[in-house]
Amino acid sequence: MNVKIGRPINIEIDHLSRVEGHGDIRIRIENGKLVECTWKVVETPRFFEVMFKGLSIEMAPLLAARICGICSISHALASARAIERALKIEIPEPAQKVRLLAKHAETLQSHTLHLFFLVAPDFLDVDSVIPLMQTHPQVVETAIRIKGFANRASDLFAGRTTHPMVIKVGGSTQVPRKRQLRELVKDLDATIPYLWEALDLFKSFTMPDFVRETEFVSLRGTEEYPFIGGDLVSSDGICKKEDEYRAMTNEYVVDFSTSKFSRLSRESFAVGALARFNNNYDLLHPKAKETAEELNLRLGEHNPFFYNLAQLVECFHVMYESKEIILRLIDSDISEFASHYRVRGCEGVGAIEAPRGILYHYYRIGEDGKIEKSDCVIPTSQNHVNIYYDLHKLVEELIEQGKGEEEIRNLSQMLVRAYDPCISCSVH
Amino acid sequence: MKYLGITLERPKIGVFDFTGCEGCQLQIANKEETLTDLFGLVEVVNFREISSERRNDYEVAFVEGSITTDNEVARLKKIRIQAKILVAMGACACLGGVNNLRSRFPLPDVVKEVYGGHPVDTGPVRKVTEVVPVDIELPGCPISKPEFEWLVRHLVLGIEPQFPRYPVCVECKQRLNSCVLDMGMMCLGPITRAGCNAVCPRNRFGCWGCRGPSDEANFESLMEILRERGFSEEHISERINFFNAFSGLLQ
Repeated sequence: MNVKIGRPINIEIDHLSRVEGHGDIRIRIENGKLVECTWKVVETPRFFEVMFKGLSIEMAPLLAARICGICSISHALASARAIERALKIEIPEPAQKVRLLAKHAETLQSHTLHLFFLVAPDFLDVDSVIPLMQTHPQVVETAIRIKGFANRASDLFAGRTTHPMVIKVGGSTQVPRKRQLRELVKDLDATIPYLWEALDLFKSFTMPDFVRETEFVSLRGTEEYPFIGGDLVSSDGICKKEDEYRAMTNEYVVDFSTSKFSRLSRESFAVGALARFNNNYDLLHPKAKETAEELNLRLGEHNPFFYNLAQLVECFHVMYESKEIILRLIDSDISEFASHYRVRGCEGVGAIEAPRGILYHYYRIGEDGKIEKSDCVIPTSQNHVNIYYDLHKLVEELIEQGKGEEEIRNLSQMLVRAYDPCISCSVH
Repeated sequence: MKYLGITLERPKIGVFDFTGCEGCQLQIANKEETLTDLFGLVEVVNFREISSERRNDYEVAFVEGSITTDNEVARLKKIRIQAKILVAMGACACLGGVNNLRSRFPLPDVVKEVYGGHPVDTGPVRKVTEVVPVDIELPGCPISKPEFEWLVRHLVLGIEPQFPRYPVCVECKQRLNSCVLDMGMMCLGPITRAGCNAVCPRNRFGCWGCRGPSDEANFESLMEILRERGFSEEHISERINFFNAFSGLLQ
């Protein structure tokens, strides 16, 4: 008999810490039975779909960035891409490369923030990264070095880390000078050893043992691990075109949440680093595959705590791939970086793999070049229901194992954090 | 810590977010090289985005975001009672920011457009000063990292911060940038408060006024120049209204 019957457990976590935005966890256990287990989104809505209305398309990527303080580059890219696909604008090759580099810089920045500032404190048993400055200075140094590089790369390719202004409809406002690219390569080379230190650190952490089989949704790459546009796939075998995003997201509204929810083949699905990993493993950089092996992260992994490890694997991928792209840029003509375009009435979709998963922007544009209607589907809003079902199963298993309140409290919070939810983004 | 033989206080700070993107607080967490120094100067007692520790003995409160629900009003009032110094941080807190773009439409229509018939807790967009008194406004969308550090140094030393009175144009010229207005782009640099190091014009995008008006901004003169260069009233007004930064100046 390992089920403790008796003292009821009541866990109420308001505004879960070390996540972006506001969400609450409620768990109630009576007589050894789970009677309530919810993941509640309590973020205040901002109504971005209304803010876009009547705006000229040149301002759309700039407003889109303001949806999220962490993944503003992804939002600006999704917005520009949706408009460019609507108006059938081909953007010049150098601008495409610079955009992918900006995207990579954001992925590295966002994943590092999550892994070191939000996740690592749980495994090192502290409240935040601040006490680690005394107890584990080398961990903080590693985080700061990688993040520092990611921020400098964001500055160079997007204008800045938060709310970029370089990404514009038709291409880029400018591209870096070759001298700056050469300097960044040196900076990158000097940062890579810290990435291997990060690997050693995460190898030393044991991810909680928990599995719930789920459906993974992501972009599917053709030649490269996908970040900007492409077909939409699910691990349950569904494949849709970018324009058919609504058939992939099926958003619905519920009374208890200001974030919308999504479903596909089952009651829930998951997006993000682990979904990308599982759906595009073959396209990872060899160094990233090597890392996955060292972390015991295998194709077909369904333990949500491994989201953390999939993020680290992606850090390796974007770092090594960035170097190859920059070296190619240095050797090519980069004088063309923006295309001219004419406005007309049309509509378009842009899909981007944001750090936390697949992100869609849709716009309908009037003859005057003003936005008439918009729709943004956020990675975290697609993950909420999956988090809810995971939480349920995790807590039931913990009760079964006879775990106490403290452990249930900690593991529940760690589970939600593993998804790296961006809640204010999901309620945009 | 000691500076020139004087013991400096290590103020306890709290960082709080309301309706916004949390990009401003990310600038604080994003301070790599100087992060250790910053956390040496101040004691962070409440900063939900990066820490599980939550104490309510903070002396300085940094507040991000606009205020849009009754719940937020109540939470902000509590923070105001506790904090000796309240800093409104970023365009959403100082000006209402991009949140104001939805105020062009009636609130019931706004809710219906996004949530259909489902009721949601929301209200009109307010900047922080419309709800509680603010001691310092740290402008920008997002705030600038160096300016945040500069402000913290002033708070620690007990010196009143003096924000630049001059416009972005001055910083742009100091950096020897080519003038984007001369390149044919719309730019609000001549009337917007400096302090951002002209980050947008530097990246070949005209300023759009996220830091609010500079002192003695010659608003009329810029309007004249923009009209002369062929920018439509509609285009000018879209740019001027984007962050709700010049509402008192615009006819």
